[in-house]
Amino acid sequence: MKAKKKSKNITLILGGCIFAGMLLFLLVGLVGTPYDPDAMNGGLKFAAPSLSHPFGCDHFGRDVFSRVLEGTGTTFFVAAATLLLGGGIGILIGAFTGYFGGWIDEVLMRVNDAIVSFPNILLALVLISIFGPGKYNVILALGIVFIPSFARMTRSEFLSQKEMDYVKSARLMGVSHLRIIFVHILPNTIPTLLSMAAIGFNNAVLAEAGMSFLGIGVQPPDASLGRMLSEAQAYLMTAPWCAIFPGLAVILLALGVSLLGDGIQQKGGV
Amino acid sequence: MRDTQTAAPVLQSENVLELRHVSASYRDGKQSKDVLHDISLEVHSNEILGLVGESGCGKSTLSKVILGFVKPDQGEILHYTQMPQMIFQDPYSSLNPKKKISWILEEPLRMQKVPKAKRKERVLKMAQKVGLLPEQINRYPGELSGGQRQRVGIAAALIQGSRFIIADEPVSALDVTIQKQIMELMISLQQELNLSILFISHDLNVIYQMCDRVLVMKDGRIIESADTEELFTHPKAEYTKELLSASLDS
Repeated sequence: MKAKKKSKNITLILGGCIFAGMLLFLLVGLVGTPYDPDAMNGGLKFAAPSLSHPFGCDHFGRDVFSRVLEGTGTTFFVAAATLLLGGGIGILIGAFTGYFGGWIDEVLMRVNDAIVSFPNILLALVLISIFGPGKYNVILALGIVFIPSFARMTRSEFLSQKEMDYVKSARLMGVSHLRIIFVHILPNTIPTLLSMAAIGFNNAVLAEAGMSFLGIGVQPPDASLGRMLSEAQAYLMTAPWCAIFPGLAVILLALGVSLLGDGIQQKGGV
Repeated sequence: MRDTQTAAPVLQSENVLELRHVSASYRDGKQSKDVLHDISLEVHSNEILGLVGESGCGKSTLSKVILGFVKPDQGEILHYTQMPQMIFQDPYSSLNPKKKISWILEEPLRMQKVPKAKRKERVLKMAQKVGLLPEQINRYPGELSGGQRQRVGIAAALIQGSRFIIADEPVSALDVTIQKQIMELMISLQQELNLSILFISHDLNVIYQMCDRVLVMKDGRIIESADTEELFTHPKAEYTKELLSASLDS
């Protein structure tokens, strides 16, 4: 029992450390970057990593370290905002449909099924082609794509929780439905929702990277990790540092959040 | 004529609850399944009324009908006091696992808009009444034993001042020794606070120790109703005799 508990904590601690490290990195980028991330310098085109440019320079002679700092911030912002939008709306829909049931539940869940039947990234691409490219439209598109999975998961949690006697007991004591949903039941779904949020965050990071890679996400000259990878693609052989460092940042961000999510879920019980 | 109700008629004011010819059914897909047939009963004030029967006989549905969770198809339900509170069978699912005991016990008072200082005071008092230590109310349900949780359940049912309690198999999830403690607690609380309790159980031994009167239920009907002594010494219905001999065997 004790040994089991210890191994659980390692996931949590490791995930927490990686995530905290990335967060620190991101905050540094918000405070300031060593060079202007958008400043071009023909003389430094494809400069290899050195003391003054630790991650090297890209095809416009821009400092990759500064751009990774900025790009991590952009990617993180897009992912977090997507999660807030999709997760927030999804959780609300799931909570109400799961708790109240009835025909609204039926209708919303069938709409859900319809949305889920499209591949996520395809749906996001369709939405982007409607809204147009750009950071905020990526957030909107991905957010909408994320709603169904959160709604479904929250709904199933609420379906099982609402049958518990503590809910019945609260009803008998005169607790309102809204208070039961948000104060009584919601805290019990948090372990599940947090691990769900971790997966969602990762998907958002990767989807943002993917969409910026395709050129429909974050627009130049703004840096995002996906955008940088996309630009670095052509020079993979000649200037690998242009791809390695943003790639590493994506991996660490995704890994940290994923471990953190696993750790939280294990800690929260089965 | 079926032997449905043999209890002597009493004055209305002495009852906390009356059911008159109540029928209820569950809809299971397209079929509707009858679970309660023409139930009439009275719960007198200040008594422990036992409701005994096998699982699936409709006992729990009856409690749901009384509490308004299931609408009856026919019949009348008359409450003469405030809505009854409930003590549940499973002390694991009846307490919110994410809330401290103090929060759980304060919640009913919050609903009655009792000010904060007063809530703390009443929670402490009630905890003491049901035999919980002051430090136990700062724990989470998962940190308490089954018996302690059931004490919390009893406290939660009583703290709003309700004096009519429905107890649905309140001791059947507990060990025998803990069972005894909880039963003694319920009896002493009943006497101290003049509670009326509808005590639902499948266990005749428990019913015998707890109840003043007993209703026997089978297939959604009440087939016998008598004072506890009378029922255990001179059972009338064939089914009651079967139940009695079965409980003697075990």
